[in-house]
Amino acid sequence: MSDLLDTLAAASPQLWEGTLVTLQLTFGGAALAFLVAVGLGLAALSPWVIVRTLVRVIVELFRGTSLVVQVFFLFYVLPLWGVELAPYTTGILALGLNYGAYGSEVVRGSLTSVPQGQWETTTALSMSWLHKMRRVIWPQAWALMLPGLNNLLIMLVKGTALASFFLMNDLTFVSDQMRRTAGTFTSYGIAMVIYLLIALALSWALRVLEARALRRLGLREPTKGETAKATAEAVA
Amino acid sequence: MTWDTEFALSVFPELLSAFVRVTLLVTVVGSLMAAALGLVWAITQRSLGRRSLPLRWVLDFIRMTPIPVQLLFVYYTFNNLSALTVGILVFGIHYSTYMAESYRAGIESIRKGQWEAATALSLPPHRTWRAVILPQALRATLPSLGNWAIAMFKDTPFLIFIGVLEMVTVARQIGGSTFRYTETFTIAGLIFLAASYPTAILMRRLEKRLAY
Repeated sequence: MSDLLDTLAAASPQLWEGTLVTLQLTFGGAALAFLVAVGLGLAALSPWVIVRTLVRVIVELFRGTSLVVQVFFLFYVLPLWGVELAPYTTGILALGLNYGAYGSEVVRGSLTSVPQGQWETTTALSMSWLHKMRRVIWPQAWALMLPGLNNLLIMLVKGTALASFFLMNDLTFVSDQMRRTAGTFTSYGIAMVIYLLIALALSWALRVLEARALRRLGLREPTKGETAKATAEAVA
Repeated sequence: MTWDTEFALSVFPELLSAFVRVTLLVTVVGSLMAAALGLVWAITQRSLGRRSLPLRWVLDFIRMTPIPVQLLFVYYTFNNLSALTVGILVFGIHYSTYMAESYRAGIESIRKGQWEAATALSLPPHRTWRAVILPQALRATLPSLGNWAIAMFKDTPFLIFIGVLEMVTVARQIGGSTFRYTETFTIAGLIFLAASYPTAILMRRLEKRLAY
């Protein structure tokens, strides 16, 4: 036990650094992913066929080609075209676009799940687009989309582990370095526990938001199974 | 940097062969394993009720920690296993925790009356599951399992962490020796897209057809 504490104490500065890098990638990636998801999700319901088709192509391209391929594309191919991105930018861009594309399916699905009558009512009241979204459609869709976004956020946290492949000293990289001194079990064990804590904290925060959104609408919480099914549809 | 079609075509066979030998193998065996284990987790949780809480924690732990770290952890802990075996095990177990949730949705969707009828007929538990619950539950679960399998498929490049020569790793190697990353990664991405997009469409169709 004291051995473990010693190794922990010795490695704690690097572990802290690594955790910070992972957190920065998580928050940066999640912020971009959210913007992309809402933007593409709303555009997917556009009345113009051209916009809808374009959104479909973008979403399927990012969903279909694997996060790792996209990261490598940004990291290896763009410099050949004269675009040099900082590792942070590479990571945040890849995570944001990939999970944003998944998220847009959740956003679109939630918007279309708002009962038809609600949409018709806003038309009958001749609300402007912004008005109907803000006051009627979005609050209901928001409650529906949070469980799916929650699952995707956890996947994004896990996806940041790729960062060690484009020269970032993230948590995975640090734990891999620690293996030589601290041993396999301790180093990867600690990394997994830190990832778990990050994921649990974020997941809890989103569940608080969800409970609040549901309370406002007076609805019940969906079961975990229902959420898993909806997420599987988004990430496939 | 210009696009060289001839070069792109010349790397295609090598990438495709890595795709079939490693990527598809891991996905197929891993998915079957995940589907079997996921069912075991779901039935165990349902049968044990509140006593299954420790199992729930273990599954949450696996689901909430990154695949690369899990790959490295298993790879260095079990020295005698080949990297490919480790890959299949880790992907199978990791995605079984997701599939368990999908099974759970299917099982939850079965109306209470079905359970009560099974009890009224005094069917033993294994008959209740096999003859009454699962045939109905699996119908709703199947497309969801397929979707998770596609997600696993797109995660297979993580095998690069333990040095398995999977398609994207091969693409990176060829790119490294020729400095033509554009073609290799484009082809790799297209192969992924060509395999995952039609399968995803198929799952959507299946879902519509199987829906009650």
